Amino acid sequence: MLKLLGEYLILLSEIFKRPDKGPVFRRQLLVEFVGLGVDSIGIVAIISVFTGAIVALQTAYNIDSPLIPLTMVGFTTRQMMILEFSPTIISLILAGKVGSRIASEIGTMRVTEQIDALRVMGVNPANYLILPKITASMLFNPVLIIFSIVVGLWGGWIACLVSGLVTSADFIAGLRSWFEPFTVVYAMIKTLVFAFIIASVSGYLGYNVDGGSVEVGKASTRAVVVSSILIIFFDLILTQLLLV
Amino acid sequence: MITVQNINKSFGTYHVLKNVSTEFEKGKTNLIIGQSGSGKTVLMKCCIGLLDIDKGEINFDDRPFSALAEKRKKDIRKEMGVLFQGGALFDSLSVEQNVMFPLNMFTTMTPEEKLDRVNFCLKRVNLENVNQLFPSEISGGMMKRVAIARAISNSPSYLFCDEPNSGLDPKTAEVIDQLISEITEEYNITTVINTHDMNSVLQIGQKISFLYKGELWWEGNKNTILDTDNRELNEFVFSTELTRRLRK
Repeated sequence: MLKLLGEYLILLSEIFKRPDKGPVFRRQLLVEFVGLGVDSIGIVAIISVFTGAIVALQTAYNIDSPLIPLTMVGFTTRQMMILEFSPTIISLILAGKVGSRIASEIGTMRVTEQIDALRVMGVNPANYLILPKITASMLFNPVLIIFSIVVGLWGGWIACLVSGLVTSADFIAGLRSWFEPFTVVYAMIKTLVFAFIIASVSGYLGYNVDGGSVEVGKASTRAVVVSSILIIFFDLILTQLLLV
Repeated sequence: MITVQNINKSFGTYHVLKNVSTEFEKGKTNLIIGQSGSGKTVLMKCCIGLLDIDKGEINFDDRPFSALAEKRKKDIRKEMGVLFQGGALFDSLSVEQNVMFPLNMFTTMTPEEKLDRVNFCLKRVNLENVNQLFPSEISGGMMKRVAIARAISNSPSYLFCDEPNSGLDPKTAEVIDQLISEITEEYNITTVINTHDMNSVLQIGQKISFLYKGELWWEGNKNTILDTDNRELNEFVFSTELTRRLRK
């Protein structure tokens, strides 16, 4: 465990060096924005719409007491989406989608000697391959999470309108009740930490693949599993530190 | 010239290279031959710095290389071109972008100059109108030629080729051998080739180093290899039915 942590930290020290060539780094960054960010918009939208709708409907169905106003549906949907569903669940989804992609891409480059080719050319492969992925994830994931929150709330609103359980006015009034801007800051802090975990852990596992296609597959699976566990673990720690 | 002095390399208790000393001469195709597991690839990886040696010294034109820290090896590495066994072309880049890669990383050429250089290198390896194709869209022989074009694009002083003919038909293999040989003489490069292909040995072996069980067993050239009385080398050279019949 300590050896793995040591290797991970050494790799990070290689990653966070000045890129060999600025324009090449910027070009790679744009490629990763598309590959890791823009390509994830579809899945984030679908999951967020349905999650928002489900949270709103479940809350509405569970409000039995006439003493609890129906505005609570909008309020609860907002809180759930901002505090937990968008930053954590979407990050877990991204760990599966983006994490496996990073690990398998870099792992395949390792087993086909492309990383060796970079190294003998005098390029720092860790910096060239992983830094743009970490940077792109940390810059684009907050955008995805904000998008997820908005789309999730829209999903909840539509579900309430279609089901007729809550009026549009009640839902919107709930959305606007007792809003604390810090919850969004908390969500963004979590998103940044999770984005770093997904890109760096998956990059590390792909970079250290030794063997062939079977090992690339294993590294890809491990990237998802390890990133997911770390996301949940750091979710607990950050919640304790920032909210409690 | 590349000088290798008494290098040793072990993996755990397995001693792969034992006191290997040799010189790879400038402007010549220097071949490292030997059976699978004899240490050829390890020797080449030590030379290009992908593996650290346990003992000994590797110098590039009297400049120490093996003793340098990773960061300081970079300057010498920029003078190297390496042709890997599978080509090691970057999948996500087109042929043109692959060949242009070293120019993008290490030169201050304008885009037009870079494109001219890429087209020159591709033409040199007899490839034209393939700039926009991706590695997955070209044949194995073309991949090797693109890899050679990439290796020479930044005008290297040292060219390393690991099994350049593996997986190629005899005709294409001959073309690749000829190409490497021509480039070596044309640009006065120190070329080191790892092979167990006897056609290559007899065609372009200007200097041949035979490794046997991790030791440098014999050195010579394509003219002397067939007349040696070294038993292990003869077993290697005449290991196929074809070479045995030719010998008779």
